[in-house]
Amino acid sequence: MTQQSPSSPVLSVRDLAICFDTRHGPLSAVDGISFDLAPGEILGMVGESGAGKSLTGTAITGLLESPGRIHRGAIYFEGQRIDTLPQPEMRQLRGRKIGSIFQDPLTSLNPLMTVGQQLIQTIRTHLDLSQDAARKRAIDFLAEVGIPAPETRVDQYPHQFSGGMRQRVVIALALCANPSLVIADEPTTALDVSIQAQILDLLKQMCRDHGAAVILVTHDMGVIAETADRVAVMYSGRVVEIGPVKTVVGDPHHPYTKGLMQSIPRIGSNARRLTQIDGAMPRLTDMPTGCAFHPRCPHAMDICRRALPERQQVEDGGEVACYLYQEETV
Amino acid sequence: MTLHAMQDRPLVSVSDLSKSFDLSAPFLNRLIERKPKSFLRAVDGLNIDIPRGKTFSLVGESGCGKSTVAKLVVGLHGATNGKIRFDGTDLTDLRAADRGDFRRRIQMIFQDPYASLNPRWRVRDIIAEPLRSFDITSSSTEERAEVARLLELVGLNPKDGEKFPHEFSGGQRQRISIARAISSKPDFLVCDEPTSALDVSVQSQILNLMRDLQDEMGLTYLFISHDLAVVEFMSDYVGVMYLGRLVEAGPAERIFAAPEHPYTKLLMDTVPDVTMARRGRVPVVGEVPNPINPPPGCSFNPRCPLVHETCRIRSPDLLDRPGGAVVACHAVAEEGASPSDATGKIKAGGV
Repeated sequence: MTQQSPSSPVLSVRDLAICFDTRHGPLSAVDGISFDLAPGEILGMVGESGAGKSLTGTAITGLLESPGRIHRGAIYFEGQRIDTLPQPEMRQLRGRKIGSIFQDPLTSLNPLMTVGQQLIQTIRTHLDLSQDAARKRAIDFLAEVGIPAPETRVDQYPHQFSGGMRQRVVIALALCANPSLVIADEPTTALDVSIQAQILDLLKQMCRDHGAAVILVTHDMGVIAETADRVAVMYSGRVVEIGPVKTVVGDPHHPYTKGLMQSIPRIGSNARRLTQIDGAMPRLTDMPTGCAFHPRCPHAMDICRRALPERQQVEDGGEVACYLYQEETV
Repeated sequence: MTLHAMQDRPLVSVSDLSKSFDLSAPFLNRLIERKPKSFLRAVDGLNIDIPRGKTFSLVGESGCGKSTVAKLVVGLHGATNGKIRFDGTDLTDLRAADRGDFRRRIQMIFQDPYASLNPRWRVRDIIAEPLRSFDITSSSTEERAEVARLLELVGLNPKDGEKFPHEFSGGQRQRISIARAISSKPDFLVCDEPTSALDVSVQSQILNLMRDLQDEMGLTYLFISHDLAVVEFMSDYVGVMYLGRLVEAGPAERIFAAPEHPYTKLLMDTVPDVTMARRGRVPVVGEVPNPINPPPGCSFNPRCPLVHETCRIRSPDLLDRPGGAVVACHAVAEEGASPSDATGKIKAGGV
């Protein structure tokens, strides 16, 4: 592993913007997002479908496909700029230093290879190990992710595993080369609630044991609240609020985060009606001027319709992009 | 007096409902390989009553049979056993030709608003289709006015009728599905995970709309969901299913305030919660067993913290519990309770 001072971030995203080239000109899907990720930290990225959270993860792993492209900004991984790296070098990094966990464990495993072959292939691609040593490491990893009888299971195919067990295998695959960053894109969305809790606990445990930082992309605030250290809330391709999980979940500032938190039904609240945010997230082809949230915002002011708010520090270590708070601080 | 008795009678009453799917290999293969026939019991002896104007929710994990129940009730599957009484008539006895008016009175809202609307039809035709097939409107002017009224009722613009489904977002499409479902003036709506494909901020809009429509039109809902918080918000009564059987059922307040079955407790404990109250909780072990070969006895026994000998031998019966609930659990039974009556139904009136 590269020697790093403990405080320097494992990942820095600076003013990242992603656009899609279409016949009608470029559509901006992610527009100027910046954040840092400390070693071993779990950053939750939450937002509605189309907010750009998965796209950000894809850009970090260098898997952005045409017509999507990064048209502004930079991504630094362990101090090295990676968004401009040529594909062969990026392939060295992927799997070795940056692991990925996707939503659907059935489609992210190869159905024609045994679980063991897939693990051994990944291990031997990235680490200098013999076939036997790699097999032993694969079995150890399967045991570590809680798969019973790993010596037998290692020679079985993905279809012989249940959904929860498959996601355990995917976690083993993501971590078997000891990466320092794992991008988990909706890792529990395809699973049942009782399995979801197990997988989240396992993910946390494994990343803590192996010292990997995690970007946890999800639409579920509950998952974030129970798993993440910090949260970035995305809306229409921008980070509208970022901060420690306690602040963002317990005392949100941005009107969108507030609305989102209130619209989540909670057990034991006995509410007659749910608070709702009227309208829907704007389409990329039809973006409003100024702050993208202003057509749905109860506090929209004149300036919100004209200009984009910058991210500002608020108390408790959070940052919010909203003119409501800029007035206070100015 | 008679009116009162009418209102007391549940609108929908399901008794001893079972559905098996035949998963056997073809006849010749079975003969050559000497394999027996194999069945999957998707729903196994289900008893529920749904009072008029109320919401009954079924919760459970994937594969527990909740969607099969929805399809049985609307008649998309034929029942293997048992009865479904709708307003006093047994639907399982009816020939297809006699189902006409019941089709109008029972409608369904599906999970995926991207798959449940015909992409080549205009929205006004999608919504008008039930009006036409049940002869509800007599002229095209009347039909147009009714479609406009329905669109407004679900919070869309009457002009949206000219558009095609692809011009709408997921939440708006689900509004169109709801407009279509209520256009035939049904009494009973079966909603199979109506918001699980939607984002939270849109989910709350749809749930509020469904409750408003229930109040305005006196609708009765069978609501299927895996999301406990959504279920608590929507329901008057809740039934928790595990591997095709009801393990606990009763008034929603009672079930959420004091769950008794270990599986219900497990579900409530594992829901990720925005209050972060459960950050330190112990995760539950195990997964739902294969429904083709369920474990003997109580199907929850391999994961149950209270498991003992009886659970591995005999499947528990539903017991009446205080507060109008029923629970199927040997451990709860041993604490002392009277066995339920033969049907084990929820006493809907006693709340």
